[in-house]
Amino acid sequence: MSELVTLLVQATAILGGLGLAVGVMLIVASKKFKVETNPLVDEIVEVLPGANCGACGYAGCADFAERVVNEGAPINGCPVGGFDVAKEIGGILGQEVSEGEEQYPFVKCNGGLNCVDRFEYVGFEDCKAVMLLSDGEKGCNYGCTGRGTCVRACPFDALSIGEDRLPHVNKNLCTSCGLCIASCPNDILEFARESEQVHVLCMSHDKGKAVKASCTVGCIGCKICEKNCPEEAITVTNFLAVIDQEKCTACGICVEKCPQNTIAIR
Amino acid sequence: MVEKALFAIFMDGIFIKNFLLIQFLGLCSFVGVTKDVKSAAGMSGAVVFVMALASTVSYLIYTYILVPTKMEFLDLISFIVVIAALVQLVEFVVRKNIPSLYRSLGIYLPLITTNCAVLGVVLLNVNSEYNFMQSVVFGISAGLGYTIVMLMMAAIRERSTFVNVPSSIRGLPQAFFIATMLSMAFVNYFWVIPI
Repeated sequence: MSELVTLLVQATAILGGLGLAVGVMLIVASKKFKVETNPLVDEIVEVLPGANCGACGYAGCADFAERVVNEGAPINGCPVGGFDVAKEIGGILGQEVSEGEEQYPFVKCNGGLNCVDRFEYVGFEDCKAVMLLSDGEKGCNYGCTGRGTCVRACPFDALSIGEDRLPHVNKNLCTSCGLCIASCPNDILEFARESEQVHVLCMSHDKGKAVKASCTVGCIGCKICEKNCPEEAITVTNFLAVIDQEKCTACGICVEKCPQNTIAIR
Repeated sequence: MVEKALFAIFMDGIFIKNFLLIQFLGLCSFVGVTKDVKSAAGMSGAVVFVMALASTVSYLIYTYILVPTKMEFLDLISFIVVIAALVQLVEFVVRKNIPSLYRSLGIYLPLITTNCAVLGVVLLNVNSEYNFMQSVVFGISAGLGYTIVMLMMAAIRERSTFVNVPSSIRGLPQAFFIATMLSMAFVNYFWVIPI
């Protein structure tokens, strides 16, 4: 009996001693390696939407809050929260916030069914997978492959592939987080402000002949829009028209004159 | 027991006694963290570090505390305490000194506390009666074996998302098929003549 008691006492002592030693060591370590956190950071994290989408350019909401407090990142940097969240963060930090203009992803291609296919693709329905096969089956290597990688990347169901095999953005659901833009392997999507009315719906830098052979609505670089624009807002570089949104007044002359119907007012 | 060469123990840990594919330890991280190479690499790095540290510390505790007091039967529980404390300590140090690494490892560091592979290394060290150097070498090589398999699995899984398979197989079942085939390849190392 006494043997058992000694054994029990010894075992308890050793395990207890080990636990105590480890515990003391951890306490000392936690004191020594303590990381100071700012209470303001926690408050801002509370206010943020918590989507952790990374659209602000930082690794998640907590990181954004830290940068706002310590490194002066823009208060209105969270596109998901929008103006309301920016105002609340401004309230916590005691700063005034002005409302920025809303911007939504915009599809810079009108190819879809207007663009011919070079071959028939049978395989995994994903833009990145299609792109692996000689840059996609479309005649135009710059255009939208229409397999919906952006649709799957959107956590808010704001995108859908329409019957024209092009993505469409539902502005009511869109939070401008930019995940679809990041996911597109062909860089078709781009942020466009609400006030920016006139857009070139093409990405192709191919010469006019090659564009005409593959797509009925592609930019052929004919410079008719550049010559006709009264504001001189359009320049054609590398066989593709680019609109300077600062100068554009949305008069609509270029839209009328474009022989390929590439430019559109929305 | 025949004294084993360090090199043989090293190769043992990586291939013949591979923790994931031969011993089936640490499978939760094997299936859970191999969706992309980056996170698999982060997890592997942390595991190599903790396995090497745990082998060292647990050898010292076993030889200098448990054996002299004839308390060998306490090995399991004391090793668990040691590993948990080690992971905590590593977390403190990394968080203080390398915040960027802490942020990228963040979720995986505490996961290692519950990683049975780490405990497996420590217990195998004791059961095989390895001496200090052998324990450390086995700890490191087990971690390296884990790393190799994790990276292979992650690379294959990254590419296999583009494979057109029936929807009932897509995802985890596909991962299990891949794991099976990888495991069959590693079983062949049994026929390697011991050095």
